[in-house]
Amino acid sequence: MEKRVTFGRWTIGILFAVPQLILIFTFFYWPAGQAVYWSLTLQQPWGGGNIWVGLDNFRSILSNADYWNSISASLVFAGISTGLAMSIALVLAALTDRQLAGSWLYRVVLIWPYGIAAPALALAFRFILAPEAGFMAVVNQVWPGVWDPGLDGSDAMASIIVAFSWKYVGYNFIFFLAAFQAIPRSLIEAAAMDGSGVIRRFWDIQFPLITPTIFFLLVINITESFQDSFGIVDIMTSGGPANATNLMVYKIYSDGFKGLDYSGAAAQSIILMLLIIALTIVQFRFIERRVHYR
Amino acid sequence: MVERTPILNFLTHLILFVGFVFCVAPFAIVAIAASHNLKDVNDVPMSLLPGSDFWVNIKTAWTTADLGPKLLNSFIMAFGVAAGKVIISALTAFSIVYFRYPGRMLIFWLIFITLMLPLEVRIVPTYAVVANVLEPYQAIMDLTGLSWLIEKLSGMQVSLSLGLLNSYSGLILPLVATATGTFLYRQFFLTVPDELTEAARMDGAGAMRFFVDILLPLSRNNMAALGTIMFLWAWNQYLWPLLITTDQSHAMAVTELKQLIPNVGGAPEWHIAMAGTLIVMLPPLIVVVLMQRWFVRGLIATEK
Repeated sequence: MEKRVTFGRWTIGILFAVPQLILIFTFFYWPAGQAVYWSLTLQQPWGGGNIWVGLDNFRSILSNADYWNSISASLVFAGISTGLAMSIALVLAALTDRQLAGSWLYRVVLIWPYGIAAPALALAFRFILAPEAGFMAVVNQVWPGVWDPGLDGSDAMASIIVAFSWKYVGYNFIFFLAAFQAIPRSLIEAAAMDGSGVIRRFWDIQFPLITPTIFFLLVINITESFQDSFGIVDIMTSGGPANATNLMVYKIYSDGFKGLDYSGAAAQSIILMLLIIALTIVQFRFIERRVHYR
Repeated sequence: MVERTPILNFLTHLILFVGFVFCVAPFAIVAIAASHNLKDVNDVPMSLLPGSDFWVNIKTAWTTADLGPKLLNSFIMAFGVAAGKVIISALTAFSIVYFRYPGRMLIFWLIFITLMLPLEVRIVPTYAVVANVLEPYQAIMDLTGLSWLIEKLSGMQVSLSLGLLNSYSGLILPLVATATGTFLYRQFFLTVPDELTEAARMDGAGAMRFFVDILLPLSRNNMAALGTIMFLWAWNQYLWPLLITTDQSHAMAVTELKQLIPNVGGAPEWHIAMAGTLIVMLPPLIVVVLMQRWFVRGLIATEK
């Protein structure tokens, strides 16, 4: 879409865009280019120049079992938390949209979790799920040693999944409810007139009409599970026990800033960037075409 | 809604209520745990009746993590990011929508691409840029031979250096450098009728005048929505402040939480940790509750 009426003097026009262009050049394009350069060279953390090593950095991280472990942990985390957060939010939004008495309360309260910083809710859940105090301790009293995120990798993974999903149920709920409310009431009333029940109307009318939102949220949830998980992992598990929750962004951080392996961290960043770009392209190319639009 | 479905209505209420409980329970548990003393908070199961030590714990958490200055830093950073986004995105969107110049589509795409890669995935090189923010320009001058030329002519060696670690600008600017917001304004500007622009030009208003006196007042709703969402987003940042602020005087409230995690082997002071959590989660919660309309609107508009 274009404007018919514009202002002449295009030099002024460019000047308006300059602040943003300087910012994104300095803090986006330069660092992104730098990451590519570093991933192809071996950088000494304390200076001393870079040696060109081609794809060696990629070869070495791709042959590292720790890295594959980090990828699979990230995928497990992304898959389960996205599934949980989206399906719970979908059910809650569909039910809130029925607008029974008191539904305003849910509309207000169910979005609160999204406002909370990931590290803050992580600390809250660390207490709630702590094995010796809090609420999982009750379970441990009945069956001693059943639950211990500090020792058992899958318990730790379950803890970060619960914390992340709790926050993103709130996020998804906002979008699902907005999508449900955009469906014309007359459509639903007409279907009810024709004798279809609540469940039938959901599957045959509402669900197909919100598929764009579902796919949009699918991509957003997966990408957020890569980034927003950092605070949760750092506070709840620090990547442990035994690397069970060492997700990709956490590993980039610990390799780059704790281990001072800039080149390895840059190569990992490039792989993560490619993954996210691929997801975005999938969203634009394939998914947008197949879903129903109003 | 349309028909009588008593069983389904009962189930709806039941499920929604369970969802409500799961949603509110963590807030309640944090608040209750923050009111217990060391012994009660470690009771299994913890009593759900509030204890009497609430203010004592809040005070202890406040002083242990030195939350006063940290909260102030968080506020400065969150306001800075929100204001930066609201202003810079408006300028850029105005340029893209209301002018025709060569390379306009290129600028559009350059900005659009920044949406794809969040700060977290390019954290290592961005950190290096912030350590010396003039490094890109130094490198360009070196590559183009400009610094060699200056050295020959004036005898001075060019080494541009400006470190932004441990500064508010280092915290804020990289978070402003993405496209969220630009497209929110763009969508809105495209809906502003052309007749308005024509009338303004007829009355002799130039681009600047039109922007400040007509377009910006019309965008007030967008500004409120974008400002709210960016404030929350910036307040909740964790990884970036953690890297940039090595010096305590610039640390953020959210990054300070780590100091409240009970040590292994130490006394399990969960009541203090929960009091600190409560303090840190309260400001964004208040913003969400008070600005709910703008929050929801901003979220939906910035993401699409």
